[in-house]
Amino acid sequence: MLKYLLPLILFIVMAIFLAIGLGLKPNEIPSPLLNKTAPAFAAPKLQAPNEKLVTADLKGQVWLFNVWASWCVSCREEHPVLNQLAQQQAVVIIGLNYKDDPAAAKNWLDTLGNPYNVSIMDQDGRIGLDWGVYGVPETFVMDKKGIVRYKHTGPVMPDDVQNVFLPLITQLQAEAP
Amino acid sequence: MKPGILMLLLLLSPFASDAIDSRQFANPEQQEAYETLTSELRCLVCQNQTIADSNAELAADLRRQVQEMLEQGKSREEIVQFMTDRYGDFVLYKPPFKLKTGLLWLGPVVFLLLGLVAVFFVIRQRQPRSQQGFGIPTLPGDKEAAAVTENGQAEKLAKIRRLLDEGDVS
Repeated sequence: MLKYLLPLILFIVMAIFLAIGLGLKPNEIPSPLLNKTAPAFAAPKLQAPNEKLVTADLKGQVWLFNVWASWCVSCREEHPVLNQLAQQQAVVIIGLNYKDDPAAAKNWLDTLGNPYNVSIMDQDGRIGLDWGVYGVPETFVMDKKGIVRYKHTGPVMPDDVQNVFLPLITQLQAEAP
Repeated sequence: MKPGILMLLLLLSPFASDAIDSRQFANPEQQEAYETLTSELRCLVCQNQTIADSNAELAADLRRQVQEMLEQGKSREEIVQFMTDRYGDFVLYKPPFKLKTGLLWLGPVVFLLLGLVAVFFVIRQRQPRSQQGFGIPTLPGDKEAAAVTENGQAEKLAKIRRLLDEGDVS
């Protein structure tokens, strides 16, 4: 009896593991930044290159940090979702214009709409490196103390906004600064 | 050139290929540290390549970072720490031994042991019955069974001898 059952059991165990493997997303690497202070930056603003945005400027606010670029295909998919989120004015949205040509980036915002309160430039990818960015788009959520509370890899979709971002933002807005 | 030599050179060519962009350091120790570090850090875009092998832009940025840190006199550990602080253990091709990576490190040993146990049972099962009975009979039934098989063995041996003595008549 065991002689026939054993291969069957082995097969089932393997099938279960393979089925789990199908559902895994190897592209989504958990960020070691979670629940740590957001990496500091002082970077020129895309729309006003002479001014700099510093992380300290954002203290006391809940903010979203969205990594984007005009060369990034999935950012185009994500863009209307961010525009809609910006309209709700639930959260400050900071853009990191990652390894992009400033002219192309400005053109992108002019034609597709600008959901960002401020976009900063990271032409050589150093800020991205500090944030552990490995694919664009990526979106981080910071609380009022400037601690990274959530990271989303890949384009933000309307479902993500409804089910994850908005509830989290509401929760963080209610926290004491 | 003889075709044989040409063939040999072609076969060896993958070993001759240089890193994607090789960088020069004034100090040979730094050069060596650079080469080992870049071949131990994973490119996170093309996940099965090291940053030394990868053409991805991110890999180039990470190589530049490693180079700059080495030139600033940072140690190997500091650079590895810098990378894991940002990208997590996943960036390392040799993950540290932790509770989370325990299965990764011990998995092969566990499977080897399982395999050895399986081999042991298969071998034991395949042994002829007569030999199995040679253990010390403990149950009353075992004793009889052993006696029967020993008798059977003796009978067989006697038959074989008889046949040998008679020779092949067919």
